[in-house]
Amino acid sequence: MIWLGIETANTPLSIAVVKDGKVVAEMIQNIKLTHSAGAMPAIEEILARVNLKPNELDGIAVSEGPGSYTGVRIGVTLAKTLAWSLQKPLVGISSLKALAANATLYNGLICPIFDARRSNVYTAIYQGLALETIMEDHHAHIDDLLSRLKALEAPILFVGTDVDIFWEKIVGVLGDAAIRAPFSHDLPRATEVIRLAMNAELPSIEATHHFVPQYKRIAEAEANWLKEQKEKEHE
Amino acid sequence: MGEFIMNNGMILAIESSCDETAAAVIRNGNEIVSNVVASQIESHKRFGGVVPEIASRHHVEQITVVIEEALAQANIKPADLDAVAVTEGPGLVGALLIGINAAKAFAFANNLPIIGVHHIAGHIYANALVQPMDFPLLALVVSGGHTELVYMKEHGSFEVIGETRDDAAGEAYDKVARVLNLPYPGGPRIDQLAHEGEEAVRFPRVWLEEDSYDFSFSGLKSAVINYKHNMDQRGEEITPTAVAKGFQESVVEVLTAKTLRAAREYQVKQVIAAGGVAANKGLRTSLEAVFAEEGIPFFVPPLKLCTDNAAMIGAAAMPMFEAGIRGNLMMNGRPGMELKSWV
Repeated sequence: MIWLGIETANTPLSIAVVKDGKVVAEMIQNIKLTHSAGAMPAIEEILARVNLKPNELDGIAVSEGPGSYTGVRIGVTLAKTLAWSLQKPLVGISSLKALAANATLYNGLICPIFDARRSNVYTAIYQGLALETIMEDHHAHIDDLLSRLKALEAPILFVGTDVDIFWEKIVGVLGDAAIRAPFSHDLPRATEVIRLAMNAELPSIEATHHFVPQYKRIAEAEANWLKEQKEKEHE
Repeated sequence: MGEFIMNNGMILAIESSCDETAAAVIRNGNEIVSNVVASQIESHKRFGGVVPEIASRHHVEQITVVIEEALAQANIKPADLDAVAVTEGPGLVGALLIGINAAKAFAFANNLPIIGVHHIAGHIYANALVQPMDFPLLALVVSGGHTELVYMKEHGSFEVIGETRDDAAGEAYDKVARVLNLPYPGGPRIDQLAHEGEEAVRFPRVWLEEDSYDFSFSGLKSAVINYKHNMDQRGEEITPTAVAKGFQESVVEVLTAKTLRAAREYQVKQVIAAGGVAANKGLRTSLEAVFAEEGIPFFVPPLKLCTDNAAMIGAAAMPMFEAGIRGNLMMNGRPGMELKSWV
């Protein structure tokens, strides 16, 4: 089975091809090029390099969020349209879990972090080889997250380029319990997205139409609207 | 992507620049084989306008469904297509990106060329789906985001001879509708109220410099707001029909007069109206009357081709396709894209 993996959830871009459980090609970059300009040409290039035609793919794996709204949507739109056009199954994988998978050989708590601006993060806690979910993917203020992590009273490995933004704060609260993953593990990899997809159940082709990003956060306008509705009820 | 030879003259077009997710199949640039639009208007109503993030989210939900529906209604396979066309700009960038990336993935999967179309060129070419375009022509483009007079010498040649310096006409309609407490979208409601009205409140006409084809509607909008404010202070009720009628008369008079003057100066063979506000009955009636008297053929597409749709994008893409214009997989959303000639 030949998989195409697409990861565009944040600034880094990664595209990979895995054939029969072996990595054939993978590209990773972390430059300021929009995914709209960069992702589709990267898919074309990697398939050309491994001499595959689009219709030779058997499945598409995509990093489904959370992350940058636009970044996630570009990856999901490309993956969804490719999967539907080729009539091949589409599997979505949490972008946080895919990043945590970089540290899967660490036998302890893994905390992937994406900056969500204004001192907020997208984060989760996964553990060990099986990447068992200890804390679900969610959106949180960094201070709230750190007080919950402190309560776990265990060493935690932090992974992701955005960890640097919060590192001082993290060490301030967790002290020696905070471990920084090596920089070479910070970029999410499309091969990990594929590996996790290979463990998932294959959805039906019809399910592709209903595939949507996992934003883990409602749009601001909608949040404000819901608040207004609640206030009206109390009046 | 290499050279492609046309086989069926069939283009799949995709449009997602604002709050409609749309796909269509067009044959030879003038025949609608299918035209599918998934409107988000119900979702945006509660916010009183289009929320970009919500629009983008809906586009992702709808995009493949809409494309599949367009192909199914056309009863064709991707192999029957010659090209994929998509709105490249202008519009909401996050919204544009969904259509563009879907178009790129579809084009790549099916080995088809891709063509990036300007949204306003699309609105103008909506007319090609109704009757042949006769050059030179003048197009009045009026919508929620645009108010422009475009002179076309031939296919693919665009000269913007006048445009709004502040609000688009449709924007002014929406703002005045809010003053009158009308539900979103307010434009069609004002048009309706204006027709119900017998009296009209007199509002100013903004002509700008004598020889200018530019427009300005923010002063008119302020005049309506001030009028409501003054009436409120005096404790008097406004008559919504009279306000709507007065406002619409001002907009229509200026649009009509400038379009007529431009049509005469440029000696065009055809005048066309395009864009969501072109569906406005007051505007349509006024333009029809003056151009009937002037003896210049005037056309306006049916409502479903005036509002945002993908059929118009396919219509504009065909002459581009024939001229050898091709996009590539690096295509990005261009929110402020300028209308440029391709010939």
